[in-house]
Amino acid sequence: MMNRDELLKIISVLDFYALDLQLYLNTHPTDRDAIQKYNNVVKRAKELREEYERTYGMLTPQNISDSPWRWIENPWPWQYKFNFDLEGDECNVDL
Amino acid sequence: MSVMWIYDKKLQFPVKIKRPDPRMARLIITQFGGPDGELAASLRYLSQRPSMVTPMAKATLNDIGTEELAHFEMIQSMVAQLTKNASIEDIKGSGYEPYYVDHGKGTYPVQAAGTPFSAKYFQSKGDPRTDLYENLAAEQKARSTYEYLLNLADDPDVIQPLRFLREREIVHFQRFGEALRYVQDYLSDKKRFSYGKMKK
Ligand SMILES: [Fe+2]
Repeated sequence: MMNRDELLKIISVLDFYALDLQLYLNTHPTDRDAIQKYNNVVKRAKELREEYERTYGMLTPQNISDSPWRWIENPWPWQYKFNFDLEGDECNVDL
Repeated sequence: MSVMWIYDKKLQFPVKIKRPDPRMARLIITQFGGPDGELAASLRYLSQRPSMVTPMAKATLNDIGTEELAHFEMIQSMVAQLTKNASIEDIKGSGYEPYYVDHGKGTYPVQAAGTPFSAKYFQSKGDPRTDLYENLAAEQKARSTYEYLLNLADDPDVIQPLRFLREREIVHFQRFGEALRYVQDYLSDKKRFSYGKMKK
């Protein structure tokens, strides 16, 4: 079981990977390998998002909530406490 | 879904700054509300979207305009964390004083020299080629700004997100260049343009 920061870090990595592929695919729409990669990244990110949200609260408001309403929970992304430490290491994610 | 965007409650790249530094906050704020900043970038690309004539260019402006909003939030987080625990003693003599008397520790879109944000920082010319050329220049100007900021930064907590943001400007420049080439092909030969004939 990953802790919150580990989970958030991997979701952030995968989301960034997906966004970078998305921009690439916008101008290379026939690159099948990149589409395959994109699909894998998005699927994995979705699973990890669900796992994160079950324990640590909502990442987007388009989601179910316990009571009281979890969307308003602290911390928010601009706060120091919200973010994970990078510690200069690279983050490799298996797909 | 009834909204244009869904907020994702996380940063695109983490901002976790331990040491207060109002001097650096006062400089970095220029990427919040300055001429080559993230707000100007986002509004520029999103404003220009309807002028785009190819599916690639429409998607490129839409998606980069959206990513710039995520960068706007990263810059805001950096400024907020650099000032949150700054004492008045830290602020005195740091260069942050003029900003402090107007905005305290609030994040307000201004350039480093203090001029408030303005839509005069960008154009939407109604010509897809003109707009894409502007966007290529805009990405280079933002890259230069990040390099100047990096020259003035010494804290690794500040340097890491600035380097990430600088690299994104290079990627955006690349994607706008590709979008421009297809727009030029399309405009120079509307009839023969189709997905089947795209160059790799
Ligand atoms: Fe950019």
